[in-house]
Amino acid sequence: MTTAKAVKNVPPHPMDALLRTERIPHIWCPGCGIGTVFSAVLAAIKNTGWDPNTIAMVSGIGCTGRMAGYIRLDSFHTTHGRALPFATGLKLAKPDTKVIIVSGDGDLFAIGGNHFIHAARRNMDMTVVCVNNFNYGMTGGQQAPSTPLGAKTTTSVNGSPEEPFNLCDLAATCGATYVARWTAMQVRSLRSSISEALEKRGFSFVEVITPCPSSFGRRNRMGTALEMMKFYQGRSVIRSDINPSEALVDIDREIVVGKFVDTERPTFMDHYAKVNRLNLPQWRAMHSDHQKGR
Amino acid sequence: MGKRIGMEVAVAVAEAVGLCNIDMAAVYPITPQSHIAEHLSDLVANGQIDAEFVTVESEHSAMSAVIGASGAGARSYTATSSQGLMYMHELLPIASAMRLPITMAIANRAVSGPLNILNDHTDIMPQRDSGWISVFVENGQEAIDMSIMAFKIAEHKDVMLPVNVNIDGFQLTHMVEPFEMPSQEEVDAFLPPFVPHATLHPAKPVTMGAFAMSDYFTEIMKAKDEALLNSKKVILDVWDEWAKMFGRSYKPVETYKADDADVLMLTMGSMGETAQMAIDQLRGRGVKAGLVKLRLWRPFPHSEIKAVLKNVKKLIVTDRAISFGGPGGPVFSEIKSALYAEASRPLIYNYIFGLGGRDVAVGEFVGMVDKVLADTKNKAADTYEFWGVRE
Ligand SMILES: Cc1ncc(C[n+]2csc(CCOP(=O)(O)OP(=O)(O)O)c2C)c(N)n1
Ligand code: SF4
Ligand SMILES: [Mg+2]
Repeated sequence: MTTAKAVKNVPPHPMDALLRTERIPHIWCPGCGIGTVFSAVLAAIKNTGWDPNTIAMVSGIGCTGRMAGYIRLDSFHTTHGRALPFATGLKLAKPDTKVIIVSGDGDLFAIGGNHFIHAARRNMDMTVVCVNNFNYGMTGGQQAPSTPLGAKTTTSVNGSPEEPFNLCDLAATCGATYVARWTAMQVRSLRSSISEALEKRGFSFVEVITPCPSSFGRRNRMGTALEMMKFYQGRSVIRSDINPSEALVDIDREIVVGKFVDTERPTFMDHYAKVNRLNLPQWRAMHSDHQKGR
Repeated sequence: MGKRIGMEVAVAVAEAVGLCNIDMAAVYPITPQSHIAEHLSDLVANGQIDAEFVTVESEHSAMSAVIGASGAGARSYTATSSQGLMYMHELLPIASAMRLPITMAIANRAVSGPLNILNDHTDIMPQRDSGWISVFVENGQEAIDMSIMAFKIAEHKDVMLPVNVNIDGFQLTHMVEPFEMPSQEEVDAFLPPFVPHATLHPAKPVTMGAFAMSDYFTEIMKAKDEALLNSKKVILDVWDEWAKMFGRSYKPVETYKADDADVLMLTMGSMGETAQMAIDQLRGRGVKAGLVKLRLWRPFPHSEIKAVLKNVKKLIVTDRAISFGGPGGPVFSEIKSALYAEASRPLIYNYIFGLGGRDVAVGEFVGMVDKVLADTKNKAADTYEFWGVRE
């Protein structure tokens, strides 16, 4: 990890308006795919044309989770696994906010798995972008619930003896109304999926198969970062609209990508308002005054 | 005979645990603990030890899994740090109430927020009242020795309580140090096989964790307190036995140049070695300063602390955690309460320092002693201060 300090004489980045440039350089390893995913998220946010004051980013802990510290928007960098409950609270207190959650496979599906299934079940109106790099990158590349059967990690030197989750299938089964998967190299499709997910009214989920060259790649002899990018892209087969249970991630054979779910159902707020016969509270004027002043 | 080797302390701890014939380990990764988990998983994967290693999905699950395994009669081990320990908190009193001899390494690290990965004792202090035996180590050798002895203490039929071994994160876990690693034969001779006091077994069913209302709850709490207090005798016996076998002796409270000291400083964990260098510097200047190192945190060694502090005029208690809005550091408040009924007791000064990995150099320990000696009107006694804080 490098310590963030301002770098001088660096040409502007097209996304600078959405970045806390004073915190750059970031901590990500050279060649890490998280940066690509972050760019796609920023581009999708920019595409929406939304007022930045109406958007909040929530992340858990991990290399991916650091995104929340670099984006120039309201953001919450929470505890490991709890991004979704923080986001749920935020959404209830301020229902007009567009909430985007970015986090790792470990954070969202190991220690935080419980919250994921409930947020999807409730159809919370928010977007989750998961960087799936098949391991706990930040802590040195240990086996996670996303690690492919047989893949090597620092806690499975002979290969993982466990079957991983199919994250898209899990999301769909739990009730997500938008589900898509891309590899980090398929930037254009990824960007448009994140845009659609953001515009979606309901719980939307985008999984990004992302290289972690320092840990997962090194352990499994996957070559350079670029080779890893190309490897995942090469393995990918676009099969949109198939049943998510058949959209497998088998890094030895094929990685099924595409948009698997795009439906409508009442959100948590819809039901809540009906059952309680109340209008949800308006966000207090005080807050807008506070925002004007900053 | 054991071998003299140089190794990273976290890896050596895993090696030592590997010598203890464990049946299972369940660990979730967290810096700076992860190297213990990784090395243990390697030992299992390479067939060096006959045990199961479970890559659970959180620390809450790690502690739950070792409780389950220990309840079924398996010698069970885990390790964690900081947020991971906080997340285990719910299970800690359950492990001790069920009298399960689990052992755990804690690579001490600051608790969020803000998020920090470096060393202090803010993770272990909130676990103080969980009913675990709790020891602090000063260097790599001690980390190895205590990790092995932990099993023998925990599993003794007069104890049957879980033990945690506190190893300062990075400052100790990530250091490469020379030490003596006992051989497998030596550990086998020292550590008998685990004989559980009760196990979950279909032939002889027991219920663990049953419901207890006000009719029994208090009695169960008292029994747990007595068990922890009584464990001290076994702890001392096991440490003595170790000394006889390996020539390294351990006491609940250790002293350095304390006998004739006018001022004593008290530390826990790896800071002891730095403070010891400061004492030497002060002695070189003719200042009669000495050091007290507290190794056993639970059960609290009341009699030993009182004996060591009997004649000293001024005492500096250092803390690497704080009880916010309370009496200062947790060690300070324990020492004060231990001495309350004594006829003569020192003036006590409390310095809270080394938080979130902030370095405390030899000169700063010297500065603390100088400051306390200069306080001739005793104005700063009985209060706490954040040492070296920017205002
Ligand atoms: C309660 C708790 N346990 C463990 C950790 C240590 N930890 C930090 S990040 C992380 C895993 C990150 O993996 P993932 O979510 O996949 O993110 P990546 O780093 O791969 O992007 C872990 C285990 C923690 N911070 N808190
Ligand atoms: S450890 Fe892996 S996921 Fe984390 S920054 Fe490095 S390459 Fe990326
Ligand atoms: Mg990951």
